[in-house]
Formats: sequence, C-alpha cells, structure tokens
Amino acid sequence: MATATVPQVEREDYLNKEYGIASWLLTTDHKRIALLYLISITFFFFIGGFFALLIRLELLTPGGDLVQADTYNKLFTMHGQVMVFFFLIPSIPAVLGNFLIPLMVGAKDLAFPRINLLSWYLYIIAGIMMMHCMLTGGVDTGWTFYTPFSTAFSNTKVIEAGLAIFVSGFSSILTGLNFVVTIHRMRAPGLTWSRLPLFVWAHYATSIIQILGTPVIAITLVLVVAERALHLGIFDPKLGGDPLLFQHLFWFYSHPAVYIMILPSMGVVTEIIPCFSRKRVFGYMFVALSSIAIAVFGFLVWAHHMFVAGISVYAALVFSILSYAVAVPSAVKVFNWTATLYKGSIHYDAPMLYAFGFVGLFTMGGLTGLFLAALGIDVHVTDTYFVIAHFHYIMVGGALMGYLGGMHYWWPKISGKLYPEGWARLAALIVFIGFNLTFFPQFVLGYLGMPRRYYQYPPEYQVLNVLSTAGATVLAVGYLLPMIYFLWSMRYGKPAPDNPWRAAGLEWTVQSPPTTFNFPEQPVVTWEAYNYDEIDRGYQEEAQVVR
Amino acid sequence: MSDSQAVVPTSSHDDIHSPALRHHFATEEQQRDSSSLGMWIFLATEVMFFGGLFCAYLIYRHWYFGDFGAASKSINALLGGVNTAVLICSSLTVVLAIWAAQTARRGIMLAMLALTMLFGLTFLGIKGVEYKDKFEEHHVPGATFSFEKVPIPSHPDQYANPQHAQIFFALYFIMTGLHALHMVVGLGIFSWLFWAAWKGRFTPDYHTPLEIGGLYWHFVDIVWIYLFPLLYLIDRHP
Amino acid sequence: MHDHSKSSPLKTYFIVWGALLLGTFLTYEAALIDLGPFNPVVALAIATTKALLVALFFMHLKNASERLLKLVVASTLFFLMILLFLTMTDYISRPWTLTS
Repeated sequence: MATATVPQVEREDYLNKEYGIASWLLTTDHKRIALLYLISITFFFFIGGFFALLIRLELLTPGGDLVQADTYNKLFTMHGQVMVFFFLIPSIPAVLGNFLIPLMVGAKDLAFPRINLLSWYLYIIAGIMMMHCMLTGGVDTGWTFYTPFSTAFSNTKVIEAGLAIFVSGFSSILTGLNFVVTIHRMRAPGLTWSRLPLFVWAHYATSIIQILGTPVIAITLVLVVAERALHLGIFDPKLGGDPLLFQHLFWFYSHPAVYIMILPSMGVVTEIIPCFSRKRVFGYMFVALSSIAIAVFGFLVWAHHMFVAGISVYAALVFSILSYAVAVPSAVKVFNWTATLYKGSIHYDAPMLYAFGFVGLFTMGGLTGLFLAALGIDVHVTDTYFVIAHFHYIMVGGALMGYLGGMHYWWPKISGKLYPEGWARLAALIVFIGFNLTFFPQFVLGYLGMPRRYYQYPPEYQVLNVLSTAGATVLAVGYLLPMIYFLWSMRYGKPAPDNPWRAAGLEWTVQSPPTTFNFPEQPVVTWEAYNYDEIDRGYQEEAQVVR
Repeated sequence: MSDSQAVVPTSSHDDIHSPALRHHFATEEQQRDSSSLGMWIFLATEVMFFGGLFCAYLIYRHWYFGDFGAASKSINALLGGVNTAVLICSSLTVVLAIWAAQTARRGIMLAMLALTMLFGLTFLGIKGVEYKDKFEEHHVPGATFSFEKVPIPSHPDQYANPQHAQIFFALYFIMTGLHALHMVVGLGIFSWLFWAAWKGRFTPDYHTPLEIGGLYWHFVDIVWIYLFPLLYLIDRHP
Repeated sequence: MHDHSKSSPLKTYFIVWGALLLGTFLTYEAALIDLGPFNPVVALAIATTKALLVALFFMHLKNASERLLKLVVASTLFFLMILLFLTMTDYISRPWTLTS
C-alpha cells in the first residue's frame, strides 16, 4: 500500500505528552486507558492460556496421569473464568473500543473519562482478587458455578471467585454505559447514525448487552455467595430450593455474554473487509440493524444451555425455536461480508487474513450452534467436546482472530509504528492452522461421545486428543509471534503515516499516534461511511498531479 | 432519532460557561444531557440487578404460596406501610429541592435536602426495628432459624414448611437489605449534595448533580413501592 | 433538546404526592379483602401506577422532549419482563415440583 510522507520531527502525541507512572495510572485519556487495558488483558490471556496448556498436556494420554482429578477440575474452571471474564469480555471493547470510539465519532474523549478510569481500576481489583483466589487454591466448579455443588459441596474458594467476577462485572457495565452515552451525545456535527462506522454500531449493541445482562449475573453471584456463607437453601433441593433457578439466572446473562464477546469482533471485521476490498459495505443498514437484532435476540435464548438439565420440554421447544431465530442476523452479516468482497480489489495484508479466518471459522462455529439448538441432536452431544469445539470456533476462531486482526489494522494508529508485514502474515497463517488442528478434532471427539471436563478418557479417543494438543502448541506459537513483533515495532518499527491503509473513518484523519485531545479542530462530517470509491479516486487524482 | 445531529460546537474558550463544564464537552447542554442519560442507563442496570431477585421471588412464591403467605404475615405490614409513606415524602422533598434550585431559593433547597435525609434515616430506623423483631423471633435464616407450627393463612389447619419459609426470609433479608444498602449510598450522595448546595455550587442554570442524585433517589423509592406489597402483603385477608 | 430549567409546577408535585400516599393506603386496605386470584393483580396494578407517577412526574420522564429516555426505560422493562416471564414458562409447564 501507499507510503505517505513520513514525519521527521517528533510531534507531541498522547504517548509522549507526559511521562511517569502517575501520568498513566491517573490518566483520563481514553487512549492511555485503552493501553492500560491492553497490558492487563494480555497478562490474563497468558494465565488463561497457561491453564489451557496444562489441560491439553493432561489430555495427551488417556489416563489421568499429569494432575489429579480435583486439580483438573480447577484447571478447566479457571481457564474458563479467566478467559471469559478477564480476557474475552473486555478485550475488544476495552482496548479497541476505548481507543477508537471517541476518534470514530469525532469527539475529544468518551462521555465520562473518569468513569472510564474507574472501569479499569475495578477490572484490576477484580483481577487481583481472582489471582489471589487462584494462587490460594482456586475453584473447581466449572466457570458455570452450578449449584448445589458450588453452594453446598465444593471445598474450593467459590466465594472469592464469585466476588472477583462480581467486581469485574461492574467494570464491564461502566464501559458499556460510557459507550452508549458517547455514541448518543458526542457525535460530530453531520455524523448521523447512518454514517457511523459499523464498528461503532457493533459496540453500541454490545453495550446494551453489558448494561442489561451483567447486573443479573451480579445478583446471581450475590445469591450464591450468600447461600454458601449462610446455608440459605435458595438453590439447594434439600432445603426446598431449585438448582435450575440458578441456571436460569446464570444463563440469562451468560448467553448474551457470548454476544458481548463476538459482536465487537464482527465490528472489527466489518471495518477491515471494506478497506482491503476497496469497496463500501454491502447493505450497511442490514449490518447495523443485525447487530442490534443479535443483542435483542441474544436475550431470548438462554435456556438452550439447559435442555437436558430438567426444564420442561415445552420451555425447551420455545427456547429451541428462539435459538434458531438468533442465527439469522449473524447469517445476514456473513452474507453482507461476502457481498462486500465480491468484485472488490482484494489486498491480503495481515488484518485481511485474520478477517478471512474470522468469516470462515465463525460460520462453522455458528452453524454448529444450530446443530446444538436442535433438541434431538443436543441430547446426544451436550456436555461433550462437540460443545467445546462449537464455542471455541466462535470465541477463538471468531472473536480472538477478530481481535488480532483489529490490533494489526489499528496498530499504526495506536503506536505510530508499522508492524513487520511478513511476520504478521506468517503468524496469521500459523494461527489459522494451529486453531483448526486444535479444535476440529474436538468436533469429532464430541460426536463420538467424549464428555467434556473429564481428565481421562477411553484409549480410542487418544489420536484425536493428540492432534488437538499438537494444534494447541502451534496455536501458542502463532499467538506469541505478534506479541514479540508488536513490542519490537514500538522501538524498531518504521514510523507510521497517518493513514497507511488509505482507510475510511475519522480515526485515520488524525496523526499516528493521535494527540491527547484527538482533533485539532472539531470535524464536521459530510460524507457517507466507507466511501472507498471517493478515497481511491482522490488518490488517483493526486498521483496524476504528481506525474 | 432526534439526536441525529450532534451538538453544534461553539469555540470553547470565547463564551462564558459554568466552571463545571468539562473540557471534552462542547456545551453545557451536551454535558447535562450526557449526565442525565448516564444516570438513566445506570438505573437500568439497577432494575436488572433487583430483577434477578424478583425472579427468584416469583418462582418460589409460585411454588410455596402458602408457606410464603405464612411468613409474610409474620412481618409487620404497618411498619412497612409507614416506611412506604416515608419514602414517598422523601421523593417529594427531593423534587422540591430541585424546584428550589431552579428558582434560586437557597433556604428551601437546603431545608428540602435536609428533610430528604431525615426521611431516609427514618426509613432505615424503622427497618432496623423490623430486623430486630425478626432476629428476636428467630426468623433470620441460618443456624438459629425457627418457624415451627405457624399456620398457613388460607389453610389454617396446616402448618407452614419451615424450610420454605426460610427461603422467604432469605429473599426478604436480601431484597430489603440490598434496598437498604442503596438507601445508605443515597444518604451519602445527598450528604455531598447538601454540602455542595451549602457551598453555593447550584444555580438555576446549573444544578445537574441535584437532578442526577434525585433520579437515583426516586429509583430507590420505586423499588420499595414494589417490595412493600410483594413482601408484606402476600396473603393478609381473613 | 430538553430545557431543564422548565419543570412541573408545584401543584403537580403535591397532587402526585397525594396520589402516592392514597395508593399506599389502598394497597394496604385491598390486601385485607379477599379478592381471590385478584389480590396480587390489584397490588401490582397499584404499585405500577405509583411507580409510573414517580417516573413520569418526579423523574420528569413525561416532559423529556426526546424519546430516548423513554426508550431506555421501555427497553429495560421489556428485558425484565423477558427474564421473569420466559423463566416462568419453564416453571408453569413442568408437570412436577421438587416435592411431588
């Protein structure tokens, strides 16, 4: 792609404006807060990844020989908790959303900068509580905390883990609140809803879920903690309580939570694909409204996690039908991405490779969700590796690849440096291969009947498990590479021009990295989103003039 | 949507604006509208937070209506009703305080803020009396809980199941306790508002913190408006 | 946009206050009468009326000039109803209870 003139003098930007730890820990600049989050969630990604590594090592052999059964329970529990609450849920919103949303709407900052900082501190406090919990014994209930095991029988630190997640929930709520108010109140003149980047629409939808869903798991955790501490009986059948009530309350949040994890990633992909196809998004309004539809429908399907738990078959029918419905807006997005690519001028830079990976892997994950929504199939494959493969295709093949794609796409803007493109493409390829090698065998394993959360299995499952562990190793390499070259680029990378991708969007009109207050003057928007035809025409004319 | 056109910016240093205007906002109106929207959204999260408890309540009242009726009858509905009236009065004093700020009536504003807090403290005091009664009757869930031989209101020949009654009391304490916690936070907020009003921070043009604090207080009142009939009046008729 | 310096006049506030106190009294009295299955209906109807009065007049939702705040309230209530009622569909359609 083009190289515009590179700045020679060190300009003031948000990174060099002030130095010193206080200027970071007391910052209200949304861009600095985004970086604080970047460091913290990367730390937790390592922790969660470490647990995954131990799980896959244990599963290399059919016998339970690496760790004891109770320890294995703790491993998959803490892998899940850390990855869900401390990595995936914050990842894109707290890093890319925080950094980009004010820039994308033409504002100087989010609506509530101090609440943004508070969000991060709540996340850190929750993280410290969780680390302490894990280091002093951990939890073995599964990330799903099912009662009455968690309230009456488990001997592990359920209360501490529950409280840690409770605190992290408020971090999430405040981020969502900030985004919604910012998007409503702080848009630049001329930036109507139909001119907003779809990344912003995706985060708006995500924020709705964070605002309305997270409080329910918060109160559920309060009830679990109270029950465990005071032996109340709300969820204990021996005392007249219903364990399924816990599951209803838990999944009322935790199902929409998976949409918190995927919607921002979809937003990232919707930015990358038009840029690297040099085309407007096909069906802008469909994509925008499908994000809202996913958020709304996502709240209607939670009991599909409970089909075999003991709910009535009539309720199961209702939730099964609704679960089919929620697939529709996701499919709409896949069709629109495909149509955007059609007859586009495709460029295969690293962000685009991740976007391609996302579309393919998310589609597979999403379709297998439909298998699970069918009651007849679910009875067979629920609580097997089929479910694990399904959600890892979406969370890792989808959300995480979108996150990596977004980090590559916006890295020049965030850091002011270019990452090494060759290494980045190699890493994307390694991630794709490693991912499929890790998780595709798990679909087969689940179909063949291997249950989840088991540390030992019949010998006939070993080959597939070995393949999966091998894949995990490859995947780990693929994840380490970007961490290394991103860090490398901060010191040794080529300085980035303002708009290395010739992308559309207000964030690309300011310097790389931006100044603290983003825009030297309030921008006024008079153009539609994704006006790539105009942008490319502009560059062509410029090239003619130069010639 | 009507906010499709964002606020037209003014050059931020030429006009005279309130010292409370924060730099990332273009105008005071934008800041005020943002604060208001922010508080309403926060209240939405609170609705869902309490909502989970209402869900649990709904399920168990459906399952154990008789036992819940017996347990509900044992709490003091008169005190509950008085508390409801107390909170309603406190909501009135809140809106009167804001009206006083809007019409530059400093004395009334301060008096209304003080009255609001007084009503809040009264509410908590009456709650304390109720909790003490429950403690003395061994109706606090846990090791000391006892609910033997209490007749079910609609079937006086049957006794309530103590375990099911304990679920009622668990929900009673958690729901009213969480509500009381929100009252305490509200008192803290209004203490700050009183101090700020005393310092002269609020004018007819700028009293956003009063409005925001008021929204929170009214929400806490609304929660109680539902808690009162649902907890105290399940099955009271003879 | 909404002009915040205009508010409900004092008269409205006192009328709403009176209505709320009356509603409280009626809730209490109605609970002492046997209305069969309608006791909870009446109680919730009065409570909802009171809540609406507080929201519309004390919280100034009624004269909010843009629909956004009303949309926030309406959507929140919608999802709360989903939580309560979709969960109930399970419980009312089970042919069993814990003890039977």
